[in-house]
Amino acid sequence: MTYEIIGIAVLWLFLFGYVIVASIDFGAGFFNAYSVWTNKQHILSRIIQRYLSPVWEVTNVFLVFFFVGIVGFFPKTAYYYGTALLVPASIAIVLLAIRGSYYAFTTYGSLRHNGWTYLYGLSGLFIPASLSIVLTISEGGFVNELPSGISLDYWKLFTSPLTWSIVVLSLTSVLYISAVFLTWYANKAGDHLATNLLRKYALIWSVPAIITATGIIVEMRTHNPIHFQRLVDLWPLFGISFLLFISTVYLVAKRMRYGLAFIMLVGQFFVAFFAYGISHYPYLLYPYLTIYDSFTSEGMAVALIVAFIAGFCLLVPSLYLLLRLFLFNKDYVQGNR
Amino acid sequence: MGNEQSVFFSRVLTELTLSFHIIYATIGVGIPLMIFIAQWIGIKKQDEHYILLARRWTRGFVITVAVGVVTGTAIGLQLSLLWPNFMELAGNVIALPLFMETFAFFFEAIFLGIYLYTWDRFENQKKHLLLLVPVAIGASFSAVFITIVNAFMNTPQGFEFAGGELINVQPIVAMLNPAMPTKVAHVLATAYMTSAFILASIGAFRLLKGSDHQYHKKALFLTMKIALVFSIAAAVIGDFSGKYLAEYQPEKLAAYEWHFETEEGASLLLYGVLEDGNEVKYAIEIPYGLSILAHGNPNAEVIGLDQFPEDEIPPLYIHYLFDLMVTIGMGLAVLALIYVVGVWTKRQFIHSRGFRWLIVASGPLAMLAIEAGWWLTEVGRQPWVLRGLLRTSEAATTNDQVDTMLVLFAGLYLVLGIGSVIVLKRMFRNNPVEQELQDRQEKR
Repeated sequence: MTYEIIGIAVLWLFLFGYVIVASIDFGAGFFNAYSVWTNKQHILSRIIQRYLSPVWEVTNVFLVFFFVGIVGFFPKTAYYYGTALLVPASIAIVLLAIRGSYYAFTTYGSLRHNGWTYLYGLSGLFIPASLSIVLTISEGGFVNELPSGISLDYWKLFTSPLTWSIVVLSLTSVLYISAVFLTWYANKAGDHLATNLLRKYALIWSVPAIITATGIIVEMRTHNPIHFQRLVDLWPLFGISFLLFISTVYLVAKRMRYGLAFIMLVGQFFVAFFAYGISHYPYLLYPYLTIYDSFTSEGMAVALIVAFIAGFCLLVPSLYLLLRLFLFNKDYVQGNR
Repeated sequence: MGNEQSVFFSRVLTELTLSFHIIYATIGVGIPLMIFIAQWIGIKKQDEHYILLARRWTRGFVITVAVGVVTGTAIGLQLSLLWPNFMELAGNVIALPLFMETFAFFFEAIFLGIYLYTWDRFENQKKHLLLLVPVAIGASFSAVFITIVNAFMNTPQGFEFAGGELINVQPIVAMLNPAMPTKVAHVLATAYMTSAFILASIGAFRLLKGSDHQYHKKALFLTMKIALVFSIAAAVIGDFSGKYLAEYQPEKLAAYEWHFETEEGASLLLYGVLEDGNEVKYAIEIPYGLSILAHGNPNAEVIGLDQFPEDEIPPLYIHYLFDLMVTIGMGLAVLALIYVVGVWTKRQFIHSRGFRWLIVASGPLAMLAIEAGWWLTEVGRQPWVLRGLLRTSEAATTNDQVDTMLVLFAGLYLVLGIGSVIVLKRMFRNNPVEQELQDRQEKR
């Protein structure tokens, strides 16, 4: 295995981590706001707040880890993506700021105002939308390298069906992932009203999630035929992912083993996410940037990998402790502590 | 928008973000240590007041952390968005500490979450206190790693250029650059110092506003003692910084000091104004001061600005920032000293309203000194991003929408700043110490 592959695998793994934990967070914020809107707050808010409060900063670090790591491992991405993404990334920062300030002002500062709750809920939809644009851009065709520098073709980007399909996929996935997780969490807490409501959301969002995911593969055919071919070559992986999807939906529909259902869901996204990543190989940005021509110096690569392993050894037990105290601790989940 | 404008707006936006972020970052680095000390004393003395001090500081602290996470994410991304050419080079050579910083923060965030939600979950109070250790370590190491990156920008090393290619990259050598020891030490000491003064301000303010509770008196004395220790440390390290600058960045020191001609036995200029380019007026001159500051020897030669080409000299207004930083730093050290000695010798004047107002001012003044210090060191490195290698003007983005982003972020910081002030004020006004102590007693 080359350093390039290790580097991108590590980053992709952390991005996957972010996709899952952030989806739970974003979706929860949206469901929370929606329950306030429809006066069902008494059912959902407690369970959502209880899970979200101790972990949100950790969620954010996954993202920071990814973008710091990618500049470390693949410094040329700073030049290409950094220049092209000024506006979309700045907008994402502002949206992330809205979420951060919700915690700062509402959760910690007890400044209760429904306006914040709505803003917070909506930001949970806009952030995945704005971040997913990066994936669209990576498919190529939207960034041009001119003598004056890198420029992003906004008109082409926002009129492309691919852009909007990926946006819709990010939204449906967020709501689906979040609903399945929260169903499990609510069930653990013994809160039947919340479980039933969230289970309903999970089932509702499962269908659009899988349809848009499939739709994107089809769209790739016209947008980036090389990538499409590579996706098709990996069909067994997507097949496994689909089977895991069916299992999750089955378990949720039958009201069985919500914990297992969530694990299946993570498996479904893990396989699909890595299949997509592998099919993208070796490009970081079609057709300008591959993981090979953008790679960092060898000395840095070794240092980063060593630092990563050391950091990981520190992180895993800490994360385990966090989960044990707030996720797997019955008393906490049920609100006794 | 031409490239010059992109450079200009990129600089303004970075300056704005950093100036805003440094407030939260400084508090974020310093306060965990203060909480730790208070809780430790509380457990050791079995004194409810100190425990409550730790609890209340924590409540305020998490709000600043939450905002700090936001502004930290902003600057983290903005580095790549606004300075893509710099980050491309940095990624090759100095990415390691940036990467380690995310781990440090990860660590801090996990344990802060646990610490925060487990106040009454442990039978043994010491176990709960232990959870704070990784928070404090993570916070301080975040500062260490980021400061290392900044130090590298001042004295880049650990790599070679050969035909436009970077070769022989040694990340550890890059991290252990000459600017690192003094910079890291100075940043940490001043963060602890500033945090202590801010907490002292709050204590003094409550005492002035009619509360005469032991709680505030204990808080004030404790924080002033800590502030004294770290102001002395900051001053000593400041002296080392002068010697470092004289050796590695003489143009920076010369610009701080308006030292135009290379000479032996150079005198130190304090205050004053600059007229007609290089005529200093109304300055206080300390004979041999600069030679002592730079080399520890009154007759040593100090390199002046005459040794450098015109286009490699930083703007000279930074002398005013230097004066501001040093004056506040020294003034606060004296203030803390008088207070602590005054308590020991049981003097009454330190409890007077006037003196308490001075303490109230100390927190904001310390923060102003932090700001002045960062402006000083950043502007003092100009025209370089990486001293001697990459000019700021060559490092900025070519994207022409930076001005719009500047407006966007200015709005964001305004909302965050006002929001945090309102929330912090409400939090402590709605739940005064007396009330909370009473509630806690009834609970037992």
